[in-house]
Amino acid sequence: MTRILSKNIWTLGLAALLAVLLVITKLIQPDFGVSGLDSLGRAALPFALASLGMAVVVIAGGIDLSLASMMAVTSVTAATLMDGASDGQSVLVVLFVLLLGAAMGTVNGTLVVVSRVPDIVVTLSMLFVWQGTALLILNAPGGAAAPWLRALSVGGVTLPFVPEALTVWLPKSVVFLFVCLAVVWLPIRRSKLGLMFYAVGSDALAAFRSGVPVGRTKIAAYAVTGLFAALGGIAVTMSTGIGEPIPGPYLLAAVAAVVLGGVVLGGGRGGLIGPVLAVFILRLVRMDLTLMSVDPNVTTIVEGSIMVVVVMFGGVVAMRGRRT
Amino acid sequence: MTQQEPSAPVLDAQGVSKRFSAVVALRDASLVLNRGEVVALMGANGAGKSTFVKILTGALTPDTGHVLIRGKDAHVTSPAEARRSGLVPVYQEPSLIPDLDVADNLRLGNTPVEAFRHWVNALGITALRMDDMIGRLPLATLRILDLARALAAEPDVLLLDEMTAALPTDLVARVLKVAREQADAGRSIIYISHRFAEIAALCDRATVLRDGATVGSVKIEPGIEERIVEMMLGADHPQTAVAAKSLKAASQGTPRLALRGLAAGSRLNDVSFDLRQGEVLGVVALEGQGQDELFDVLAGNRRALAGTVAIDGQPASFRHPADAIASGLTFVPGDRSHALLMSRSVRENIALPLVARLSNWGAIPLRDEATRVTAAIERLQIDTRAQGEVRRLSGGNQQKVTIARWIAKGVRTLLLFDPTRGIDIRTKRQIYALVRDLAAQGAAVLFYTSELSEIRLACDRAVVIFNGRVVDVIDAADADEPTLMRAAYGLTEKERTA
Repeated sequence: MTRILSKNIWTLGLAALLAVLLVITKLIQPDFGVSGLDSLGRAALPFALASLGMAVVVIAGGIDLSLASMMAVTSVTAATLMDGASDGQSVLVVLFVLLLGAAMGTVNGTLVVVSRVPDIVVTLSMLFVWQGTALLILNAPGGAAAPWLRALSVGGVTLPFVPEALTVWLPKSVVFLFVCLAVVWLPIRRSKLGLMFYAVGSDALAAFRSGVPVGRTKIAAYAVTGLFAALGGIAVTMSTGIGEPIPGPYLLAAVAAVVLGGVVLGGGRGGLIGPVLAVFILRLVRMDLTLMSVDPNVTTIVEGSIMVVVVMFGGVVAMRGRRT
Repeated sequence: MTQQEPSAPVLDAQGVSKRFSAVVALRDASLVLNRGEVVALMGANGAGKSTFVKILTGALTPDTGHVLIRGKDAHVTSPAEARRSGLVPVYQEPSLIPDLDVADNLRLGNTPVEAFRHWVNALGITALRMDDMIGRLPLATLRILDLARALAAEPDVLLLDEMTAALPTDLVARVLKVAREQADAGRSIIYISHRFAEIAALCDRATVLRDGATVGSVKIEPGIEERIVEMMLGADHPQTAVAAKSLKAASQGTPRLALRGLAAGSRLNDVSFDLRQGEVLGVVALEGQGQDELFDVLAGNRRALAGTVAIDGQPASFRHPADAIASGLTFVPGDRSHALLMSRSVRENIALPLVARLSNWGAIPLRDEATRVTAAIERLQIDTRAQGEVRRLSGGNQQKVTIARWIAKGVRTLLLFDPTRGIDIRTKRQIYALVRDLAAQGAAVLFYTSELSEIRLACDRAVVIFNGRVVDVIDAADADEPTLMRAAYGLTEKERTA
C-alpha cells in the first residue's frame, strides 16, 4: 500500500494542489460554479490533449516540437472537410483526421529514427513543414465544425434516470478528455508496447539488449503523439467551430505541463494523469490571477515561478527518498 | 536441445572479421563450443574480444566469416534474434531497465517468472520483491538478476562477460557453482574473465585472441596460465632497450604524490603508492580493475570513499578538477574529446589552461601567451596545417595538443591516462621522449597504459593493479611483458606498497 502511494506521490500531490486551488478560486470568486468549471474545462481541453501527446513521446525518450503545428494541420483539415458535410460524413472526417495525426507522427518518428539527427532538430524542422501544410490547406481561420461535435464539449453531463443536479457540475469537456485518455492510453499502458515506451526512454541500450525493437518503439511513440495532436486539433475546431491554421501557444504549454506533471524530460519516468492535472493547475492559476485583476504580464512570471519551485521541491523530495 | 550427434559443436564461429573504417578490430576470429563445455575467451586489451562478443550476440554483423549455432547459420542481427537462436548473453553492464520494476523487466523480455525466481534463490538473493525498482537495487544484485534472467530462458549457449567483476566473493562462488552445474547438465558456456583462478575452477578450455585473430585453444590444466599468457602476448614481444635510467637519487625525500589506502567507486579498493619528483611511474592494469576511478580521484572528478592523498607531504582532497589543477596535478584523459574544445583552434586549446584561472580575470596577456604556445607547438612537432579547428587534426596530433597545453603552463605532476591509444608509432615515440623530458626537468608523471611494452620505454617503475589493489611493483628494467602480464592477471599476487 505504501509502495503504491510512494509511486504515485507526485500525482497525488498535484491533485491536492488542484483541490486547494479550486477552494481558493471559490473564495476569491463566490459565484464560481457550474459555468466556471465548464469554461475552465473547455479552455483546458486542447492544452490537456497537447500535454498528453507530449508526455507520451517524452516518456519514450524523445520530444516533438511539431506538436502544435500538427494540431493546426488536423484542425484545418477537419474544419475544411466538415464544411457542409452531413453528420455521417463528419464522423468519417473525424476518423480520417485521427489517422492523419497518427500518420504525421509516424513521419516524425521515422525521420528521427532513420536519420539519427537529434529529435529536437528533426521535429523543429517538421514544425515549419506542418505549419506550411496547415496554411496551404486553409490560409485564414475558416471552415466549420459538425454541430454534434460542438455539442460534445459544451455544458455539463446529463444522464438518464440520474438527477441533473448530481452530474451537471462535471463538464462534458472533462469527460471527453478522460475518454480520449482511456481509449488511447489504457490499452497501450496495459500492453507490452507501454512497457517498451518506458524501457526505451529509461535506457535504450538496456532495452535493446532485453530484445526491445528500439527504433520501431520510438516510431510508435511518435505516432501516439500524433494521434493526441489530432485529438487536440479536433478539440480546437470543436470549441471554436472553425479551423485555426496558426497554432495557439500549445507547444510550450505542453512542455511546461509535462515537466510540472512529473514526467522526467530525460524519459522513462512519469504518467499521463500528472500532466493533465498540471494543465488544470496552470489554467486555474491564470484564471485566479485574472480574477484578482493582476497584470497579465505578472501572471506569466507567476506561472514560471510555480513551475520552478514545484519541480525543485520534487527534486529535493526525490533525493531524500533515495538517501533513505 | 534437439537430437544431434554429440560430436557436433553447439556453436561454431569461423573466420570472423570486422573493420571500422580504417581500423581492423577482428581479422580472423574463431571459436568452437561443444555441448556441456565451458570455454574461456581470453585476450589482452585491444585483442578484439569485445568486438567478437558483439558479433556473437548479434549487436554487430561481421564483414566475413560465419557463426553457426547448432549447425544452423545464426545470422543474427539483434540480441533478440540471438536469444531465439539459443545464445543468451549476460553483458558486462546490467541490461535491466532502471525505471521499471523487476516484474515489468521480466515481462519486457518474456522471461518466465517462476524459473526466474528459482534461479534468483539458487544464486543466493533472498530479499527480492517483484515490485522493487531496478534503479534502486545494488550493482551486485543486478548482475545476479541478469544471470537469473538468462538462465530462466534455458539457453543452449550462455555467454558470461565479466560476470563476477562487481560481485562479492560469496556470490562469485555461487555463480561458479551454478555455471558448473549448468555445464554438467549439457548447456555450453562462453566465459570471459580476467581472473585466472575462476577460469581454472570453471573452464574446460581457453580460446585465446591476439590482434584480432584466434591464436589457439588450450585445455585448462594446472600450470597452463604461463602458456596462455604467452599466447596472449605472442612470441615476438620486442625486447626494447630501456629508455630511461632510473633516477635513484630522486627516490629520497618527500614524495610528490603519496596515496594510502585509496578507495573509490565499486572497483578501486585499496591502492597505496608513492610518486616521486623526476619519476615516471607506470600503472598497469587490465580493463576495469579500478584505474579509471584512481585517475578520476586524482583529477578531482570523483571523491574518494576512503584513504588519503598527500601532495609534497601535505594532505589534499579535491572537490573539483580546479582544486586538483591548483595543487599541481594535471590530468590528461584517455578520451581526447573530453579534454579538447574540438571546434576551436590549436592555439586556443593550448592556451586554455593558461587563462582559465580566476586570478587572471581581465585581459589575456596575449604576447606572453603567444610565446609559450609557439614554444609548446615546436617542442611537440605538432602538425599545424589544420590548426584552425582541433577536430581536423589526426588523433596523434590531437593527443599532442592535450599534452602541449600543460607544457605551456608548466607542469609539476602529470597524470596521463593511456595517452598513446590509437596513435601511430612515430607520435608514440615523441610522446615517450616528451614524458622523459618532463621527468628530467623535475616533473612527476603517473602513466597508465594499456600497452605493456610502453612500461619499459617510458617508465622508471610500474605499479600493477588487480581487482582494485596494488598487487606488484616492478622496476622498468625487470618489466618485460610476460612479467607484467602475469602480475596484471593476479598470478604473482603479493601485497606490497610502493
